[in-house]
Amino acid sequence: MEEIKKPDVINQYTGEKWYYSDIVKEHFFKPRNLLLEKPAREDEFDAHGIVGSPACGDMMEMWMKVDPGTERVKDLKWKTFGCASAIAATSMYSVMLTENGGLPIAAALKIRPQDVMERLGGLPARKVHCSVLADKAFLKTANDYFRKTGQNHRVIVSGSRVVDSRFNITDKDIEEAVLEGARTFEEVQQKLKVGVGASDGVRTDVEALIRFYSEKYYG
Amino acid sequence: MLMTKNTNIKRIYMDYAATTPVDPRVKKAMEPFWISNFGNPGGLYEEGRRAKEALEESRKKIAAIIGARPDEIIFTSGGTESINLAILGALKMLGGGHLITSKFEHHAVLKPIEDLQKRGFDVTYIQVNGDGVINAEDVKKALRPDTVFVSIMYANNEIGTIQPIAEIGKVIRDYKLQTKNCKLVFHTDACQASGYLDLNVDRLGVDLMSINASKIYGPKGVGFLYKKQNIKLMPQILGGGQEGRLRSGTENVAFAVAMAEALRIAQEEKTKEAKRLTKLRDYFISRATMEIPKVVLNGHATKRLPNNINISVLDIEGESLVLALDSEGIAFSTGSACTSESLDPSHVILALGKPYEFAHGSMRFTLGKKTTKKEIDYVIQKMKEKVEWLRIVSPINLDPDAQSMSRPEVFAGEGLRVKAKSKNFK
Repeated sequence: MEEIKKPDVINQYTGEKWYYSDIVKEHFFKPRNLLLEKPAREDEFDAHGIVGSPACGDMMEMWMKVDPGTERVKDLKWKTFGCASAIAATSMYSVMLTENGGLPIAAALKIRPQDVMERLGGLPARKVHCSVLADKAFLKTANDYFRKTGQNHRVIVSGSRVVDSRFNITDKDIEEAVLEGARTFEEVQQKLKVGVGASDGVRTDVEALIRFYSEKYYG
Repeated sequence: MLMTKNTNIKRIYMDYAATTPVDPRVKKAMEPFWISNFGNPGGLYEEGRRAKEALEESRKKIAAIIGARPDEIIFTSGGTESINLAILGALKMLGGGHLITSKFEHHAVLKPIEDLQKRGFDVTYIQVNGDGVINAEDVKKALRPDTVFVSIMYANNEIGTIQPIAEIGKVIRDYKLQTKNCKLVFHTDACQASGYLDLNVDRLGVDLMSINASKIYGPKGVGFLYKKQNIKLMPQILGGGQEGRLRSGTENVAFAVAMAEALRIAQEEKTKEAKRLTKLRDYFISRATMEIPKVVLNGHATKRLPNNINISVLDIEGESLVLALDSEGIAFSTGSACTSESLDPSHVILALGKPYEFAHGSMRFTLGKKTTKKEIDYVIQKMKEKVEWLRIVSPINLDPDAQSMSRPEVFAGEGLRVKAKSKNFK
């Protein structure tokens, strides 16, 4: 692991080193399963999803073909507007879902960003949010498939819960702040640019969410 | 294919606004002060006197170049420290008041000002126009009887646009005469300007001016603050009282000598070098905008530093182009969110009123002494190839005249933080 983590990019504003692994570079320069031509017919793919990341402004679009008998992912194509790690993470994600005959959708939905990062040989901590996008785009694509095949009960709704009603701050906002690098209550406040959690109850709730998402993505 | 393996590729450096290599003449000038002439300028004996002499000579040299008195030059560790000393040094002791600055200053200016805002100061942020130039009239309109400080950068670090500092200086001088507001102080961050523009403090009408060496072929870690004699500052570093009690710590004689020599060379050669680079800059801009589809120039076409090219290459993201061109031996920088610590895209491009995707795809190429036309030809060629490829990867297709973000529904659909950021993202 240490061997492949050679620093080769230094942020000119912060001087911070980025440790992109050789696998990340390989997938950045030669992305797998990239959609080269827009689908000629609308029904060429069985499902489609598009998602944007408010954290950094990246955007991703995904197209999927499914084997109707086994529900395995036969083909997963994508395009992304994002940095090298977003491109590499999506490429790797598409490989993981389609290799060895393809994963069944139910199993594919269980692939976590950490699993992708592990296959990539790691990503710098502040780049973790780039790998979350593929995951979210796939969720939308899978939901599109469920709807198109009349399996509405399988649609996964990731509703958000308001934690601070004064500013309408939701658990999703806290998740985004953690993905952007916030680890403490004060850092989350800074990211959200509002004084979230005025009362002790709200503060405790926010702190619990910070622990939960830190554990989820970085634990 | 892998970047780290490409060690045999010749490097083309186009990030001179980030930092410059040290000029051999500067290196030679500071050489004696490491081993042979190493004394502490505070010493009364010969070693100390010799060091002191070199330090004071450097101070005089700088003062003569900018039309100031030697005791008006305070050596610091660089641009950020000079700016912090200027802003916090002038204002921290005041309980409050009104400050004027612009939205696209360097963070070294914006952060101390935000800090003062929290302590009760009232701040007016002057809006820049779409070309990235501030109107002196807007500064005039913002002045109030309780205005204590104005800080406007001389040239912008990202888009290189030159601000009318002399005009603003005159507006402020007239206002002071008219209203007898003698507390008003005018600071300019001249870090990017010092290699190419006039630095005479009388002509500019500034009370404080920050400059560093690492942008003008001097070493990193040294700069100075010009402080007009009658301006009162509180030191930010306390100790032995060096630099007129304004900046304690044993003086870095070698670096002070280097600072003076770098400034001398920069100012002596600026006319010739500016002429050469302006031609190259315009050549780069015309080729990039004409030969690569959907490339937009950021900032005024001519009211900009002779070495600055800042373009938004639409539909692609900056970090991926930086890495793609790095693998071809080319070094430049981007205003993309992906390369910033805060994950916020360039505040400068957003201040021009452009959608965030333009900031995400903004690329800064800054030229310098070693830049040749041949290098630019190579960069344009490689950029064409890489941009074409990254556009195949990208799902978006922006309108070059866009005023707002392309597909807000994609973000809104996730129920995420579009609202919180809407004040940044149109």
